[in-house]
Amino acid sequence: MTTDTKVQSKGSAGEFFGKIIRNQLFIPIVALTLLVIFNLISDPGFFKIALEPSSTGNLILSGNLITIIDNASELVILAIGMTLVTSASGGQDISVGATIAIAGSTVLRIVKGYAPDIPGSQFAGMIIVSFLLCVVVSALFGAFNGALVAFFKIQPMVATLILFTAGRSIAAWINNNDNISINDKRFGYFGNFIPGIPVPTPVFITIFCIIVIALVLKFTNLRLYSQSVGINASSSRLNGINPKMIKLLTFVILGVCVAVCGFIKVSRTSSITYSVIANNIEMDAILAVALGGNNLGGGKFNLTSSVLGAYVIQFLTTTLYKFKEIDSSSISAYKAVVVILLIIISSPFVRKLIEDFKNKREAAKAEAAVGKEKA
Amino acid sequence: MKKLVKMLVSSAVVAAMAFGMTACTSGGNPTTQATTKAPDETAAATTAAPADTGDGLIKVGIINNDPNESGYRTANDRDMKATFTEENGYEASFFYSLKNEDQIAAAQKFIQDEVDYLLISAAGTSGWDGVLEQAQKAGIKVILFDRTIDASEDLYEASIVSDMAKEGQQAVDWLASQNLSEYKIVHIQGVMGSSAQIGRSGALDTKVAAEANWSIVKQQTAEWSEETAQQIVQAVIDSGETFNVIYAENDNMAKGAVAALDKANISHGVGKDVIVIGFDCNTWALEELLAGNWNYDGQCNPFQASYIDNIIKNGASQKVVIMEEKGFDATTITADDVANYGI
Repeated sequence: MTTDTKVQSKGSAGEFFGKIIRNQLFIPIVALTLLVIFNLISDPGFFKIALEPSSTGNLILSGNLITIIDNASELVILAIGMTLVTSASGGQDISVGATIAIAGSTVLRIVKGYAPDIPGSQFAGMIIVSFLLCVVVSALFGAFNGALVAFFKIQPMVATLILFTAGRSIAAWINNNDNISINDKRFGYFGNFIPGIPVPTPVFITIFCIIVIALVLKFTNLRLYSQSVGINASSSRLNGINPKMIKLLTFVILGVCVAVCGFIKVSRTSSITYSVIANNIEMDAILAVALGGNNLGGGKFNLTSSVLGAYVIQFLTTTLYKFKEIDSSSISAYKAVVVILLIIISSPFVRKLIEDFKNKREAAKAEAAVGKEKA
Repeated sequence: MKKLVKMLVSSAVVAAMAFGMTACTSGGNPTTQATTKAPDETAAATTAAPADTGDGLIKVGIINNDPNESGYRTANDRDMKATFTEENGYEASFFYSLKNEDQIAAAQKFIQDEVDYLLISAAGTSGWDGVLEQAQKAGIKVILFDRTIDASEDLYEASIVSDMAKEGQQAVDWLASQNLSEYKIVHIQGVMGSSAQIGRSGALDTKVAAEANWSIVKQQTAEWSEETAQQIVQAVIDSGETFNVIYAENDNMAKGAVAALDKANISHGVGKDVIVIGFDCNTWALEELLAGNWNYDGQCNPFQASYIDNIIKNGASQKVVIMEEKGFDATTITADDVANYGI
C-alpha cells in the first residue's frame, strides 16, 4: 500500500514537471536563468545596483540590471504589438524599424520648431501634441500595412516590405533630411530620467503599456477574436467575427506601439539618424515572439512569454556589449549562436524528445515498482 | 541578343531623325529635343571632346548615394544641387542609390542620354570598368567624388576624395598633444569595413599599439547609431571600468556616448574627466564644442562640388585630389567656424 502511494506521488511530481516543460514560459525563463548564472560566474558584481547622483544632481539608480530593463523598453512594447499581429495575421510586420523612424521624425518635426526655453505648460502642451500626432501617423501607417494584409490578402511580410524599404526615406523627408539635435533638456526626460525619480522613464512607459494591454485583453474579446481569426479565418467569419477588421485592428495596435517606441527612441538622445534609428529592431521583435514559444503561423499566443522573450534578447545584447574580448565585427555571430540554441531547445521536436524520454523513465520506474510489489 | 539588335535599330532611327532635323533647322534656334541632341550625336560618333549642348549648358549626370544615409551625404547632395545649376552653366540630372548595380545601370542611362560629364560617388568599389569604358568611348568625362573605385586611372579624369586615415591621424595627434599621463579610451566604431571606419580606427589602433600609456578600455561597433553607442558606453560604465577618452567615429555616436555619461554623472568636455572626440562637424556638434561639452571634432569635407566645378572649367591638374580637412579644438573654435564648417 505504501509503495503504491509512493508511485502515485512520483507520477504527479513528474506530471508537474512535464507541465512546466510544456508551459510556454519555460523557455524564456530558462534562458533568463542561464544568462543570469553565466553573468554571475563571469562577474559577481553584475547585479549590483547603485543609487548615485547623476549630472543633473538627482539621485538615479544605475547598474547592469537597470540598464537592461531600461534598454529593453522599446523591444518589449514592440513585442506586444508584434504578438497580436502574429496571432491574427499569421505573419510578421518587418517594417517596424522603419516606421519607428517615421514616428520619431514626426515628433522631432514638431519639437524642433520650439525655442529651448519655453515655459513648462507650453512645453507639456507641445509634447502632448507631438506625441498624439505621432500616434496618429503611426496608426495610419499601421492601417496601411493592415489594409494590404486584410483586404488585399497580401502576405504580411511582403505587404510590410513596402514600408520596410520606403519608411526611412519617408522619415528623412518629413524633416527635410535635417540632422536634428534638440537642445531642450526636458525633451530628454522621456528617454532618460525625470529629475527626482530614480527609475528610468521608459520603464514606467513600458509598465503602463503592459497594464493597458492586459486590461484590454481582460475586458474585451480581442484575445479570443484574434486567436480564432489566426486559427481559422473563414470559420470565425461564419461565427460572426469580421476577420478583416480584426487583422486591421492588430496592425493599428502595433502602429500605436511603434509610436511609443519612436517617441522613446528620439528622446533618449534628443536626435535622430534616419538610416540607423531602431536598426534591425524588427528582427529582435520577431525573435522575442518566437522565443516566447508563440506559433509564428498565428493562432494562440501568450503575451507574458513574448515580453519575457524581449527581456532575454536585451539581456543577451547587453551581456555581449560587456565583454571586452568579443570583437566588434563578430558580435552578431555570437548573438546568432545563442539564439539558434534557444530556438532549437524551444522547438516542438526537442520538447517532444524530452517528454518522451521522461515518459519512458517513468514507465520503467513504475514497472520496477510493480515488479517489487509482486515479489 | 534581341535587346542589342533593338538598341542598334532604335539608335539608328534616332540618328537618322536627328540628321534629318538638323537639315531642316540648321542655324535655327534649337528648340526640339532632337536638335539639341544633334551636336552630341556627331561628337559621340567621332569620340571627340564633349561639345556643349545647343543652349550652352554643360550636361552632367550625377550619381550619388542616398542623401538620407547621413548628415554628411545630405550636405554633400545640397552642395551638389547648389553648384550644378543653370545659372552656373550646368544642366544636371541626379540619381541616388546605395546599390552599386543600380548606380551602374544609371551610369549607362546617362551615357545613352549623352551627358558631357559623369560625376560618380560609387556605392561599391568594383564592377565599374565596363561602364567607364563605354563612357570613354562616348567621349564622356568621368569625375569620381567622395569614393574611389578599383579601375584603371585612365578611365576617369580625376577623383576627389577625403583621406579618412588622415582625419583619424589628425584626431589622434591632437589627442596625443593633450599630454595626459594615461589614455584609457572607449572606442566606438562605425559600420565595420566602411572606409571611414577603417581610416579612423586605423590611426588610433596604431597609436595604441605603439604607446605604453595608451590603452583601449572598450572597442565596439555602434554602426553609426547613437542609441547603440549609448548602450555600449552604458555597459562600460556599469562594469565599473574607468576611462578618460571617448573616441567616437561620428558625431551621432559621440552624442549617444555623452548621453550615457550624463546619466552616470561623469563630467566631459574641456577640463573635465572625459575627453569627447567626434567626426563629421555637424552644426550641432560644433555648437557642443563651442559650449565646451566636447573636446574635438574632425571634419569630413562634403563640399566637393567646387572642386569638381573647377576641374570641369579649368581641367584637372592631378588624378587624385585630396580635400583639405580641418579638426576643431573646443578651446580654439569660434562661432564663425560653426557657421562656415557646420553641415
